[in-house]
Amino acid sequence: MTTVTERTQAGVMNALDVHRIRADFPILGIRPRGKPLVYLDSAATSQKPRQVIDALRRYYEEENGNIHRGVHYLSELATARYDETREAVRRFINAADVREVVFTRNTTESVNLVASSFGQAFVRSGDEIVVSIMEHHSNLVPWQLLAERTGAVIRAVPVTDRGELDLEAFGRLLSHRTRIVALTWVSNALGTVNPVRRIVEMAHARGVPVLLDGAQAAPHLAIDVQAVGCDFLAFSGHKMLGPTGVGILYARGDWFDRLPPYQGGGDMIETVTIERTTFARPPSRFEAGTPDIANVVAFRAAIEYLEQVGLDAVQRHEHLLLGEATVRVGAMPGVRVIGTAPEKAGVLSFTMEGVHPHDIATILDQHGVAIRAGHHCTQPLMARFGCGATARASFYLYNTLDDVAALATALESVHQVFG
Amino acid sequence: MDLGALYEEVILDHNRSPRNWGEVPGGTSVEGRNPLCGDRISLSVRLDGDTIADVRFTGEGCAISKASASMMTQAIKGKTTAEAEALFTGFHDLVTGQAAGSPPDKALGSLRAFAGVARFPTRVKCATMAWHAMREALERSRV
Repeated sequence: MTTVTERTQAGVMNALDVHRIRADFPILGIRPRGKPLVYLDSAATSQKPRQVIDALRRYYEEENGNIHRGVHYLSELATARYDETREAVRRFINAADVREVVFTRNTTESVNLVASSFGQAFVRSGDEIVVSIMEHHSNLVPWQLLAERTGAVIRAVPVTDRGELDLEAFGRLLSHRTRIVALTWVSNALGTVNPVRRIVEMAHARGVPVLLDGAQAAPHLAIDVQAVGCDFLAFSGHKMLGPTGVGILYARGDWFDRLPPYQGGGDMIETVTIERTTFARPPSRFEAGTPDIANVVAFRAAIEYLEQVGLDAVQRHEHLLLGEATVRVGAMPGVRVIGTAPEKAGVLSFTMEGVHPHDIATILDQHGVAIRAGHHCTQPLMARFGCGATARASFYLYNTLDDVAALATALESVHQVFG
Repeated sequence: MDLGALYEEVILDHNRSPRNWGEVPGGTSVEGRNPLCGDRISLSVRLDGDTIADVRFTGEGCAISKASASMMTQAIKGKTTAEAEALFTGFHDLVTGQAAGSPPDKALGSLRAFAGVARFPTRVKCATMAWHAMREALERSRV
């Protein structure tokens, strides 16, 4: 086993120097409960490299001012830094223009913005909204609220036994009543990477716009929104090495111009009288109030970090870890892997016969191994697979084959406790 | 490692073979849920005057929540509602560590096996879900 680990580890080194990367993440040095930290919960939130932490400190120590309003040095500097991140995001997802990028608090708020503003402008009673069984609640509940408000109807694309979207069924769900398609790019609970280009083609063939939930895609895949052709893309900074409090909403072309404001307040206006207000052009129109400037500024360091390592290298590294974990964990007695699509990101979801995922997670935690257990905010998907919950290990660029080995060893001790 | 303190043998036993599993015909039913994890319990109770004549449960959940429900049904069956309420308080104090320092309440009997939960704050809700459902069921039965 040691030789296999060494051989594959050497293979990884060519693509991505995981030990050098790990040295950039101070938190990986902590010892929870006296054990080295084995962090396998990056799908919930990623850890942050020193570069991001330093950028955050630098901002508060040297650059802090409010944006878009002062004429003084700091306001000017903070505004420039804030807009530099917008440009970095544009480059990262290959958007055509920075005005297609709006900052929110998180993916959830990005989806809510579209559900609210797009809904107000375009969704009426009897219209249909297509989602899927595998959506995170954050890409389902906002649409349900919209449906309740407008009398629109939710249609859900089913999922195959391997955890893939049923594209034939999707095709049948699209109709002249479909107003918008809102689907996840990568499933947070299964790891399935959905064929988004095909999905967008199919929807566009019927003239239907597409929102993609990219929360689990942006950290792991090289994204080109122009190639994919989606109308909206929502994702979060904190899952891709950035600070919490930063969400991104991309809207292609003139979509933002066609949507009414989401929240009203400062920064999103042109002129205000007591009677009425004219609104600023996008992206400002959708960024009411003082945003999370510091975290947006620091987020640029995360983007640059990922660009430097290279998303292709990240993806290859995760595939290696996922492959090894799937073989080792999948071979354990009583283990059922949930989500066996051929195209997967670094997520291993599983159940163990006779042991609830929560008990698995508690026992693993005693070994310093952090995984997620529960329904992963995907209750319809859990129901589809006939389990209320799964245990989920998720991998990122700083994980090693030793982490996978630690996971396997800790899982063996679950059997010791539960017999 | 503290795992032995959490997963006492009696807890593992009740997890493997829960007692009083099922539904009380004509009883008052209550659904308990933990929205964070999706665990759920369906508890049904039948009162005879002020005495808990029968109590049963079904559900989905971790070892702690299932064993807690199972052992609770054994502990409260045949007790008055006031005695059940007293057990609730004692159990709650035990698993939230509020009983720490003082010797565990003797009336809790085998429920004292859950003392280890206090060292696992994220698991307190698992242990108390059935008990909250029980309280609600008694409340409704009395009306």
